[in-house]
Amino acid sequence: MSNTPADLRYTKSHEWVRSESDGTVTVGISDHAQELLGDLVFVETPEVGSSQDAGAACAVVESVKAASDVYAPVAGEVVAVNEQLADSPELVNSDPYGEGWLFRLKPADAGAAGGLMDADAYQAMVDAEG
Amino acid sequence: MLIFERSRSGRRATAQAPLRVADVSALPERFRRGTRAPLPELSELDVVRHYTRLSQKNFSIDTQFYPLGSCTMKYNPRACNSLAMLPGFLNRHPHAPETHSQGFLACMYELQEMLRDVTGMKGGVSLTPMAGAQGEFAGVAMIRAYHDARKDTARTEILVPDAAHGTNPATATMCGYTVKEIPTDDSGDVDMEALKAALGPHTAGIMLTNPSTLGVFERRIKEIADLVHQAGGLLYYDGANLNAILGKVRPGDMGFDVIHMNLHKTFSTPHGGGGPGAGAVGVSERLRPFMPIPVVAKEGERYRFMTEKDLPQSIGRLSAFAGNAGVLLRAYVYMRMLGRAGMPRVAEFSTLNANYVMARLKEKGFELAFPGRRATHEFIVTLKRLAKETEVTAMDVAKRLLDFNYHAPTTYFPLLVPECLLIEPTETESKETLDGFVEAMAEILEEARTSPDKVKGAPYTQPNRRFDEVRAARELDVAWHPGAALDEAAEQGRAD
Repeated sequence: MSNTPADLRYTKSHEWVRSESDGTVTVGISDHAQELLGDLVFVETPEVGSSQDAGAACAVVESVKAASDVYAPVAGEVVAVNEQLADSPELVNSDPYGEGWLFRLKPADAGAAGGLMDADAYQAMVDAEG
Repeated sequence: MLIFERSRSGRRATAQAPLRVADVSALPERFRRGTRAPLPELSELDVVRHYTRLSQKNFSIDTQFYPLGSCTMKYNPRACNSLAMLPGFLNRHPHAPETHSQGFLACMYELQEMLRDVTGMKGGVSLTPMAGAQGEFAGVAMIRAYHDARKDTARTEILVPDAAHGTNPATATMCGYTVKEIPTDDSGDVDMEALKAALGPHTAGIMLTNPSTLGVFERRIKEIADLVHQAGGLLYYDGANLNAILGKVRPGDMGFDVIHMNLHKTFSTPHGGGGPGAGAVGVSERLRPFMPIPVVAKEGERYRFMTEKDLPQSIGRLSAFAGNAGVLLRAYVYMRMLGRAGMPRVAEFSTLNANYVMARLKEKGFELAFPGRRATHEFIVTLKRLAKETEVTAMDVAKRLLDFNYHAPTTYFPLLVPECLLIEPTETESKETLDGFVEAMAEILEEARTSPDKVKGAPYTQPNRRFDEVRAARELDVAWHPGAALDEAAEQGRAD
């Protein structure tokens, strides 16, 4: 059973979003997503300073099974990326909501993350996928 | 064990030794090496045994059933090899004048014509791309050249269904396009509403594989072609699954403007080990001016290469001469052996075999990804439920198949279907072989339920057990580093 923390927001494409106190949002992939992908071997993060549209493919996670795009959950500017993942992609598997975060965005619209799914809605979607 | 590790100082094999030592005294000193190259030293018999043993470790279509199918490589009939290696072909120099190459050029011209005929691409065929990837590149480059020639430069997007081959978005990106992904509906067809919403003045074209990678035929292809053309875009056909429709349905008739054909897939040329390949491209009339050169033309009874002079708008040359001549000749012989009547038999038997295996696996309790659909030349089994109940995954089943002496089918592709096996038997397999494979699959399914650990530990009978694929990908190290023995040999060389 995968872990879906209640304090985060989620997307249909399995990203999680955490609103930070400085107004930025941190983005990663859910425990369910890392479980489906299996052991990651490569993570490509977006460029710091680049601006992303909501839903734009801006990072790539690659496992031995598949390569998958990660989409920007909200529009905004990339203010930080997790540099550690270049050498340790396995952090996404071992700690998807902590050390395995992917990038941080400064949202164009401060309230945008509020429109995403809450943990219950996301868990229901995952369960429905069977 | 590597051949270097078998090396013993002073051992010699004379069979391959050069008759005389090359004189390098004319080479400037700075280009000459100071020490001997660290080459392994073995006897002739050591070398014979080493490579014979390696070849026995091969898991190949010449030795085992290989349900990767035409996706990787079909059986290569021996006659194609022997005929392509006739001395007249083998000894022809690529710079030989056209007057001395009429036989070869005639074969290439006929190959172009046969491919044009069987695909319905009325504008013609160019054989010059050296691989499927280069064929794809040539195809999209022609789409680009077409729009550019019309000064229609606002078209910056290529649409790619999510059931397409992974190479398609890569090719579009290489050609400078932005990729827009189109989802698939539940029955495996392109989502028409999403397609309509994505089409517009920015659409340069769409890249489609039909039948798609989901092992089903795109039923509304005509409607898709009309919509894309109405929006001003062109249609690109990825020939990866041509085997299923060969001689039955023609991409040209479906409305496609450009197609690349993997001759190593559909037309039985060698491919294993990364090539050489051949990715011939066929075009509709409107893309003809942009074809990559050279293309063979027939004038009266003479054949010649068309060049920049004949096709000034060509996207250019993709290879030093005219593609991989030896591979093209094998495809030519294969097509001539099949003849017009044989082409549809390829499609008929490859789809019959796939549907037979699919029906029998369903009987044995396997879950089909698209149970309502008839298979094309391949079909998908999903082990999602099995993985949930027993923790035995598609990868475990694939590994266990090796113990039953069957090559694993494609695993975890297409990405849309979880825990999937993509099974393609091809037309050359007998009913007995297919039955044997079905029985093995049924036995593995039974094992997964009764003793899952057994399946998860497979393979047991191969030269190697399970590889650490994660570590191999994370810490890729394929270079062999000379050890002490060879350092010593190099020292010795320096002393000589």
